[in-house]
Amino acid sequence: MSFLTLTGIQKYFGTTAAVLDFDLAMERGEFVSFLGPSGCGKTTTLRMIAGFEQPTAGRIEIASIDITDLPPNRRNVGMVFQSYALFPNMTVAQNIGFGLRVRGRPKAKIDARVDELLGLIHLEGRGGRYPYQLSGGQQQRVALARALAIEPQVLLLDEPLSALDAKIRVALRAEIRAIQRQLGITTVYVTHDQEEALSLSDRVVVMSDGRMEQVGSPFEIYNFPATPFVASFVGTLNLVEARVVEAAAGRIAIAGQEVHAAGSVSAGSGGAVTVALRPEGLSLGDGPDGSNRLRGAISDVSFLGSVVRIRVRLGDGGPVLSVDTFNEPHSRPPAVADAVGVWFPREACLILGGAVTARPGASDPVEGA
Amino acid sequence: MSRGSASPPFGPLGVMRSWLRLGPPSPGRHRGSLIAWLILAIGVLYFVFPLIATLEFSLRAKPFGLAYQNVLDDPKFGSSLLYSFTIGLITIAISIAIIVPTAFWVRLKVPHLRTAVEFVTLMPFIIPAVILVFGIIRIYSAKPFVFTRTELGSDALLVAAYVVLSFPYMYRAVDTGLAAIDVRTLTEAAQSLGAGWGRILLRVILPNLRTALLSGAFLTLAIVIGEYTIAVFLARNNQFGVYLSLLGQNKAFEPAAVSLISFGLTWVAMIFIALIGRGARERVQITGAR
Repeated sequence: MSFLTLTGIQKYFGTTAAVLDFDLAMERGEFVSFLGPSGCGKTTTLRMIAGFEQPTAGRIEIASIDITDLPPNRRNVGMVFQSYALFPNMTVAQNIGFGLRVRGRPKAKIDARVDELLGLIHLEGRGGRYPYQLSGGQQQRVALARALAIEPQVLLLDEPLSALDAKIRVALRAEIRAIQRQLGITTVYVTHDQEEALSLSDRVVVMSDGRMEQVGSPFEIYNFPATPFVASFVGTLNLVEARVVEAAAGRIAIAGQEVHAAGSVSAGSGGAVTVALRPEGLSLGDGPDGSNRLRGAISDVSFLGSVVRIRVRLGDGGPVLSVDTFNEPHSRPPAVADAVGVWFPREACLILGGAVTARPGASDPVEGA
Repeated sequence: MSRGSASPPFGPLGVMRSWLRLGPPSPGRHRGSLIAWLILAIGVLYFVFPLIATLEFSLRAKPFGLAYQNVLDDPKFGSSLLYSFTIGLITIAISIAIIVPTAFWVRLKVPHLRTAVEFVTLMPFIIPAVILVFGIIRIYSAKPFVFTRTELGSDALLVAAYVVLSFPYMYRAVDTGLAAIDVRTLTEAAQSLGAGWGRILLRVILPNLRTALLSGAFLTLAIVIGEYTIAVFLARNNQFGVYLSLLGQNKAFEPAAVSLISFGLTWVAMIFIALIGRGARERVQITGAR
């Protein structure tokens, strides 16, 4: 039985559509991220769950109770904001205990709960400080504790790490996930950072232009993008045009060089398709028998730390493929203009311009764009 | 701030401070510094000379300090000051009760109406006080709203008129205070924690407007204490402004003494605001980055 359900949600601001046909069912204790670029409708959807925006159409339920028309202060939904939104006039302890004071809990119980949460966020003994006396990361941990203090049915996080620097962001996201698992609280997390979404979530909802592009586990989203948008937004991707040689056999030609997809291609023979290839799914060399091979010349070599990204131009003036290889300090990196082969297994070849069937490892077929 | 800091000077005092800061010994810089000192000296003299002149004049009464002694011994001085303070405090309370929810609601729900509301609050600058008081007398001297026949009714009309006069100062102060905090997010955070509108206003918004409210309240108090036109037409002769005017007609040195005492009270109030507001400003500025 789903715990948080959004059915047929639509939101218009005037004549502008912000969210369209949004349907999602979340299990109790699940961690779902809304991922997408600015203006894709992810924050608007979150705000509709919180009650700050009213859906133009659709229904929101928590534990089978319709909350669509409930005001935000009667939903028992905790929210963490990008800007922390701590009350500047209150101490850390007063901030955390605010929701409990609103509920008229006895002072002793509030104090005990505040101490418990201060321990949970590793800020013991700092309850008497004001928000301005804390770092950004500490302030956001207090905001999280404040949202958790009321024991909300659903926890909403609106880009909570965006205002923090990279190191704190990584540390805090691990902390958020650990706390969420410990408490088993149903959580919706909004972010435009794919790394955050993929590392934190049980499922990811990728959104674009107010619509859901794909819903799936991080593994599915990354490895089997359903649309060109998901493929291009999540991770780095080589998108190259190809021509179908024999649809039933999955034979296609990239820059005139024939390769095989993992299954048949739904586009007709002679038709054009877009092929998506992850840089880390490609290797230099000829590869084992049965693998796909393309020939080209190195056009650029970029050192990215643990990874070296090599760009290979296929054929004579054909498309450029990025190939990621691990940095090996004792081996000489290839030089620009060297002639090389690029190989990849058939499964690494995602056809976005036509549906591929019988794809191993995927739970559902890739939809045509 | 260290010399050569890149932060821009803020306000006239900041600009003045930046001019006065001695830089490397270049002729142009030195000339600029001299000009700044000269402007500062002229400014100080402009403000200090009248005060010194008033003080000197008030002390001419013999024996020394007689004018001040007379003022402090006059029971009307204390009673009129108390009356005006009371009227002022009631005015401030009503003004805050009207302006804070209005400004909060405008910022939160109808921000496109902000200019219109601001214009309405500026009406006391456009309509002279004498017009306002004639309008009040005309409406509230005849049935069904007869207020002017009783002391309490006239006091109520005086407060009502002063509330209107306070609008431009109170609205601007509150609106500026609201601009310094992230009203929308703080409100939403409080709502998500279960708070209703009353609690949000009293526990979240008002405490963060402390400096703004003090500024607005002080300006309102200053206007109420010195106000003459409305009070005299409503026959509120115990109002401090009216007392001051009557005193000036009958006495020579005492009005000067009263002016200086009022000036002193003003400065005490300003220092009070600056001290109270310092901590609040710091808290608001550092938190709530958006």
